[in-house]
Amino acid sequence: MSDDSSRHLRMTRRNSRRAFLGGALAAAAGALATGCGKEGMEAFLQRNFRELSRDDLDRIIRRLEGEAQRKYGRRIRIGAEPAMQGVVFGYALDLSRCVGCRRCVHACVKENNPSRDPEIQWIRVLEMEKEKGVDLEAADAYYDPAEVPREGHFYMPVQCQQCRNPPCVKVCPVGATWKEKDGIVVVDYNWCIGCRYCMAACPYGARHFNWAEPGIPSADLNPVTHYLGNRPRPKGVVEKCTFCIQRTRKGLYPACVEICPTGSRKFGNLADPKSEIRYILENKRVFLFKGELNTQPRFFYFYGV
Amino acid sequence: MAPSTPRLLRTLLPGLLALGRLALATPPAPPGVDPMDIQAPPPPFTDGIFPCSSCHDPKTMPPNPRRRPLEGMHADIELHHGPESRWCLDCHDLLNRDRLHLVGGEKVEFTASYLLCGQCHGDKLRDWRVGVHGKRTGSWNGPKQYFLCVHCHNPHSPRFRPLKPLPPPVPPDRIRARK
Ligand code: SF4
Ligand code: SF4
Repeated sequence: MSDDSSRHLRMTRRNSRRAFLGGALAAAAGALATGCGKEGMEAFLQRNFRELSRDDLDRIIRRLEGEAQRKYGRRIRIGAEPAMQGVVFGYALDLSRCVGCRRCVHACVKENNPSRDPEIQWIRVLEMEKEKGVDLEAADAYYDPAEVPREGHFYMPVQCQQCRNPPCVKVCPVGATWKEKDGIVVVDYNWCIGCRYCMAACPYGARHFNWAEPGIPSADLNPVTHYLGNRPRPKGVVEKCTFCIQRTRKGLYPACVEICPTGSRKFGNLADPKSEIRYILENKRVFLFKGELNTQPRFFYFYGV
Repeated sequence: MAPSTPRLLRTLLPGLLALGRLALATPPAPPGVDPMDIQAPPPPFTDGIFPCSSCHDPKTMPPNPRRRPLEGMHADIELHHGPESRWCLDCHDLLNRDRLHLVGGEKVEFTASYLLCGQCHGDKLRDWRVGVHGKRTGSWNGPKQYFLCVHCHNPHSPRFRPLKPLPPPVPPDRIRARK
């Protein structure tokens, strides 16, 4: 079955489920009984991002912006920029240059509005021993020496690999996560039911769950967001790296590329034969993390030396 | 200095290339990557140190080409970049301190110091030109800033300096939801 027709089937099934719920007075009564009023009911009946018409989307975004503003006391913009024509994003990371300084980890937190308390980080930097090579048994994510790089060690940052064949998408029972045309695997936080199947399926530990109401001091919130990216999330949903969808769909580099002091991080359009990323794939020693699993990452590790 | 940088490079580079320096005969950039289209921020000078000629005025300070330990000024500079075979005037121009020079004597602006580095590190210069080595910021599909070699490597002591890592993640057993 082609991707499209299977999606269509899934959508039809989902629509009928919604139609049933929407038609049932019980749903409306339930929403009202919990005291969330008209907006709450609308949120309850909201469709999946992919099924929204432009008008619905505008209305929903205005509602979500209002909710976020009430919660954080600040104006927040939620964009919905679509994938650009002829663009498929790819990422490459130079393992011979990364010094493990974690500047990328913290720039990502600042950019993407994950919970600070309890803490959620989308990038994990693994410290490994040069002698052992890429060996997860011997990897340490909690290293904290006075200075990096430490003698005899190398560093391997891991984040969502934006798989072309993403197991996380396959297992989602409600279609709350999918692969966009530009290759970014996204999550509709309003559709996610929090079952965490995707977390179990992802071999890279790239997905993170909001066990508690995300604690973000209002001053730390980044107000420039995207519906499928860094907008404030509710409790009980899964989130992950989106290649900074709110930045990259406007032509900017992801925040981790901008901050990296060693220039280890490279990003660009895989469909453009003149891009840096294509040059790396064609001219450097490249490897895929857990390539044997056939997840087909769009995140490549390479040796620049 | 910054606004005139690209123009300077544009005028300077073809001349240098025409001189046919060996170091510049590195494999060509892939098609579409214009080596002239380099927007580098100004070099990271110590405040107030440039132009060098404001102190190194040949009238008040006659140039001294003798190789010697520096005393008084610049004594803080430690040369950890092949000190046995190298000293200041291998890169800094004796007669015009506001310029650098290549081994063949051609003068180079500080903003194009990568040409100097590329004389020995040709492979890195080539990778830098195509955006593999070094850092670029800005737009993946548009204007970028290219960091110069000297933004990351101190030319006198080029080894990348160790950094204090930012804090590690909280281990799972210590994560607690707020009450
Ligand atoms: S900021 Fe760059 S050098 Fe530092 S840990 Fe991240 S990738 Fe490595
Ligand atoms: S790395 Fe994990 S979360 Fe990201 S696309 Fe692949 S399976 Fe999904």
